[in-house]
Amino acid sequence: MTTDPSQVQLTADGRLKHFLTTEGLSRELLTEILDTADSFISTQERDVKKVPLLRGKTVVNLFFENSTRTRSTFELAAKRLSADILNLDIAKSATAKGETLMDTLWNLEAMYSDMFVVRHADSGAAHFIAEHVTPNVAIINAGDGRHAHPTQAMLDMLTIRRHQGSIEGKIVAIVGDILHSRVARSQIHALRTLGAAEIRVIGPGTLLPRDIEALGCKAYYRMEDGLKDCDVIIMLRLQKERMQNALLPSEGEFFKLYGLTEEKLTYAKPDAIVMHPGPINRGVEIESNVADGPQSVILNQVSYGIAVRMAVMAMAMSGQQQERNELAEQNIEQNNEHNNEPDQEEA
Amino acid sequence: MRYLHIENARLIDPSQNLDQVTDVYVAEGRIHAIGHKPASGGIEHSIDASGLLLVPGLIDLGAHLAEPGFTHKGSIASETRAACASGFTHVCALPDTKPVADSPAVIQLIQEKAAKAGFAKVLPLGALTQGLAGEQLASMFSLREAGCVALSNARAPFKDSYVLRRVMEYAATYDIPVFLNPDDAALSDGGCMHEGPTATRLGLTGIPQTAETIALAQMLLLVEQTGVRAHISQISCARSVRMLAQAREQGIRVSADTPLANLIYTDEAVTGYNSQFNVQPPLRSESDRQALLAAVNAGELAISSNHRPHEVAAKKAPFADAEPGMSIFDGFLPLALQLVERGELELSAFIRATSALPAQVLGQNQSLSEGNWFNAVLINPDAEQSFRRSTLLSKGRNSPVAGKTLKGAVNAVFIDGRKVFG
Repeated sequence: MTTDPSQVQLTADGRLKHFLTTEGLSRELLTEILDTADSFISTQERDVKKVPLLRGKTVVNLFFENSTRTRSTFELAAKRLSADILNLDIAKSATAKGETLMDTLWNLEAMYSDMFVVRHADSGAAHFIAEHVTPNVAIINAGDGRHAHPTQAMLDMLTIRRHQGSIEGKIVAIVGDILHSRVARSQIHALRTLGAAEIRVIGPGTLLPRDIEALGCKAYYRMEDGLKDCDVIIMLRLQKERMQNALLPSEGEFFKLYGLTEEKLTYAKPDAIVMHPGPINRGVEIESNVADGPQSVILNQVSYGIAVRMAVMAMAMSGQQQERNELAEQNIEQNNEHNNEPDQEEA
Repeated sequence: MRYLHIENARLIDPSQNLDQVTDVYVAEGRIHAIGHKPASGGIEHSIDASGLLLVPGLIDLGAHLAEPGFTHKGSIASETRAACASGFTHVCALPDTKPVADSPAVIQLIQEKAAKAGFAKVLPLGALTQGLAGEQLASMFSLREAGCVALSNARAPFKDSYVLRRVMEYAATYDIPVFLNPDDAALSDGGCMHEGPTATRLGLTGIPQTAETIALAQMLLLVEQTGVRAHISQISCARSVRMLAQAREQGIRVSADTPLANLIYTDEAVTGYNSQFNVQPPLRSESDRQALLAAVNAGELAISSNHRPHEVAAKKAPFADAEPGMSIFDGFLPLALQLVERGELELSAFIRATSALPAQVLGQNQSLSEGNWFNAVLINPDAEQSFRRSTLLSKGRNSPVAGKTLKGAVNAVFIDGRKVFG
């Protein structure tokens, strides 16, 4: 039977062994990720940036969907943890069927890989791999369909914590294409667990998924209402194909209604920070003056990304290793028992 | 005359308001006497049915038997045998085979295979349009002549409302019953589960209820206009139940069924991306499930299996990529009895929804009354069955009961007085 995603990623004693989603993870665990990432930020500022936590381990970047930026930060994170890294770009067309996907993964597992960083266009793909394909390889979800992008969400949490002191009690607005956004979903779960006072999503009805408020946020159609008293504004990227699918009339109309301008920024608190997971469409989601302005922390997000990915990879590898060791011990014990009672077995 | 004597069975037949412990005497395939020994003749064979239920044989209004074309998923023999394990004596076979059941030759092939297998009788549903493409009419009259009980386009869409209208008009000319699956393809396109909070949380593309209700509204209006004998297959929404009731109030003759899975599970079953629950129509909300149960209990809605066997690989994929469908024949009866035990489904309503109502749709008589063919099933409601993947009768490995132990098992299935199972 398939189990809840949040449970698949944990060891029996509640440590991370995969990182698939922020949903269902405890506040302690999310805070541990942020604290660990914080400690790596200081190592990043040193001349020698490497730590030996993943020495001798093989990490495979498995991107079924293209993404230069995310892939590069994972690659850097793995290298700074002293892992060996293999980059594979596999277009989804080549592995459209589950069987081929499984064959690809089993082959890589047979090469003694320790960790897969997976990006895939299907929601639930990372969970599927962790549960059904290679449970003994640590799976880091680098984005699955519209479902989750947990490392992006955690680097956003780290950004909020470092620039606003904490997440607890803060009002956070997420603006734009919520419907297609795995980032927004992961952010909402993390924000709720970490104690945000209010989570708001702002966009037109066509880009807000049905029953989104069931996730624990409030939906707004107007920036003026949604941004009021906000501490944090997260702008999402708008894909061009949304216009073709009859979800939006034009980029211009979207910018007019939801593009973050200096004027709209005044609806929020004066010290509100502006975030964006990148890459930015200037003049579509956000005006250049705001993107480059004093309240923007967009570039900080990018640099925290490496530290957060290092933290998650180190923690998952350690949990996975612990599970492997326990499994090995059990096997030895079973073998010993077997050896001690040969007569019984034969009788 | 020599009789088959079934002794001390609890005979339940809601079509006659019967629920009593009695004896049944069968000869030459027909029920000769109920409750009293026939005046002449002897007993050839006696079955002690104490503690067993004797009910009319179940009739399934829609199953995918996978043959011809998909024998790696199932065969007519394996799937009709699995159907018998849940008490089905008749199974309507959907036309989405390969080749599509749009010619008398394919219908004949299906009938021959079914007769050879000798389990549940297969009632072929021929295609309404050629190749199920939704554009050109299939040879409906010839298909009916070849033995199709009704015609259906399975879940394949019609090109537009013009084709749907002509399909109904032509069928009405020859009084051929049509089975229609309401699904607006443009609205359900790309969806793999019910549009609602679970789909939003999982990031899966949803199928809105309006994909069903808009198509249903269109169908009901055209049924009214053309006067075709129509049955609506596999509804999943509360709103559809209300729309059907309103249509009947306005004098439109239309029947409907819902898949058993939609009475048991909701969209929450998909949590965890369990591809087993990727089914069409999708599993919907709890309020939809409750409305469907209420309609079945009120005797307004039949229950179909929507059985669809798959090999392991078809389901071993990320949720949206897995093939839709559930192999439910093996577990159909115990799963339904579980609903009865929970007090959600009345036993008599279940029997009516799987025998009398489908029989009415097909213009048959499945009542257990003197003179009728003996199509019946003996059920042991207390027997426990442990289902293991390796012992399932369906070739499909996508059974919701694999690994489970459930109460309720078929003791024997009789078709035209002949024991074909048990």
